[in-house]
Amino acid sequence: MENRTDKNSYTIIFAIVMVFVVGAVLAFTASSLKPRIAENQRIEKQQNILYAMGVNDNTEGSAVFVATDEAPELFEKYITKQIVIQDGETSEDSEAYLIDIKKEKAADPSKRRLPLFIGEKDGNKLYVIPIYGKGLWDAIWGYVSMDENMVVQGAYFDHKGETPGLGANIKERFFMDDFIGEHLLDASGNFKGITVAKGNADPKNEDKTDNEVDAIAGATITGNGVTAMIKSDLKLYKPYFDNLKNN
Amino acid sequence: MALLSKKDTKLITDPLADNNPITIQVLGICSALAITAQLKASIVMALSVMAVLAIGNVVISLMRNIIPSKIRIIVQLVVVAALVIIVDQVLKAFSYELSKTLSVFVGLIITNCIIMGRFEAFALANGPWRSFLDGIGNAAGYGLILVIVGFFRELLGSGTLLGFKVLGDPIEKTGLYAIGYENNGFMLLSPMALIVVGIIIWVQRSRNEALVEDH
Repeated sequence: MENRTDKNSYTIIFAIVMVFVVGAVLAFTASSLKPRIAENQRIEKQQNILYAMGVNDNTEGSAVFVATDEAPELFEKYITKQIVIQDGETSEDSEAYLIDIKKEKAADPSKRRLPLFIGEKDGNKLYVIPIYGKGLWDAIWGYVSMDENMVVQGAYFDHKGETPGLGANIKERFFMDDFIGEHLLDASGNFKGITVAKGNADPKNEDKTDNEVDAIAGATITGNGVTAMIKSDLKLYKPYFDNLKNN
Repeated sequence: MALLSKKDTKLITDPLADNNPITIQVLGICSALAITAQLKASIVMALSVMAVLAIGNVVISLMRNIIPSKIRIIVQLVVVAALVIIVDQVLKAFSYELSKTLSVFVGLIITNCIIMGRFEAFALANGPWRSFLDGIGNAAGYGLILVIVGFFRELLGSGTLLGFKVLGDPIEKTGLYAIGYENNGFMLLSPMALIVVGIIIWVQRSRNEALVEDH
């Protein structure tokens, strides 16, 4: 005997109703949680920028950010100025940190907006720059803070889907800390970037003027991605730093 | 009166050992290989699978009399996909840190064969309460293996557990490293997870002859 649920008409109606119900449930969840998620992401950005500046709760071991509830206040305190560079022109924008770097990278070079955050910590002026690139599986991004000579003072990297234990280690402190003190310019003042080098002669990363940091074993492509995004994104700010020096 | 009848208790305890989804049914191997390089990721994955499998089993069980058999696989897929998205969104909103650890594995939950397997084999034929217990039991059995594999891989591969250095510092050469121990980088690669799972299966079967198939 044929079951009522075996009829074609029943199957089709069931499928249509299911799509509507599931769609409605998902849409309701997504839209009701959206403000909270956006707020979390905004605070995360502030925490990351502060981390790159050296404002964090690091003691030893893994990377620790400033507490979520303190982040907005500390961000206000340490970031003195946020500017946007567009086609060589600079302007102030108090919400520059919300600029989507991924979108800007796809934009026409003359229309591309480059955010730059100027902060002050322990009397030193720091320039924090967001970077964005691709690793082995998905996007990688980060923030690099530097002084006016383009010497790195701190770095933060994050990823969407790098291999745990291998490429995912770019967000571990032992790797990010290696960048501190590295020079982005070579001896004659040209932009050189920092290469994540495997098999280099300086595994403890003692020579900070060689534009190289030691790579993570088993994470060659992720490391190359870090090298590439540092080169391509930080280079764009070179004219700004040249200007800074000349004035 | 006991909270669970004897039959109900079996639903939870069976998948932990003698009917373990990974070591006996050989399901869910793919995610067990992919995510167990770190113990924390293994634990987070186990808990997420438990939430999705328990709720999913109940939903499918409640719908079991109205699901048209011709499209039942699609219906199951829609249920698990929707649940995974909701779990991910809720984590993002209320536990942002945890959601960042989880994000990579969300896709793996959807494709996890244990979930579809339990929907198909159990929830379509049983009531909601028993389906719920079955979901908890199977997810716990899966999580148990994940945690064991994650424990050995992180300990031997990185010398850490949950991020804490337990074997000493490999760069400063303290602890075990002082007497010449080196991290086994091979442990961080997926093939070693398969070998660890293989060893667990071996140990389990040598202790319980009843699990060995006759040929």
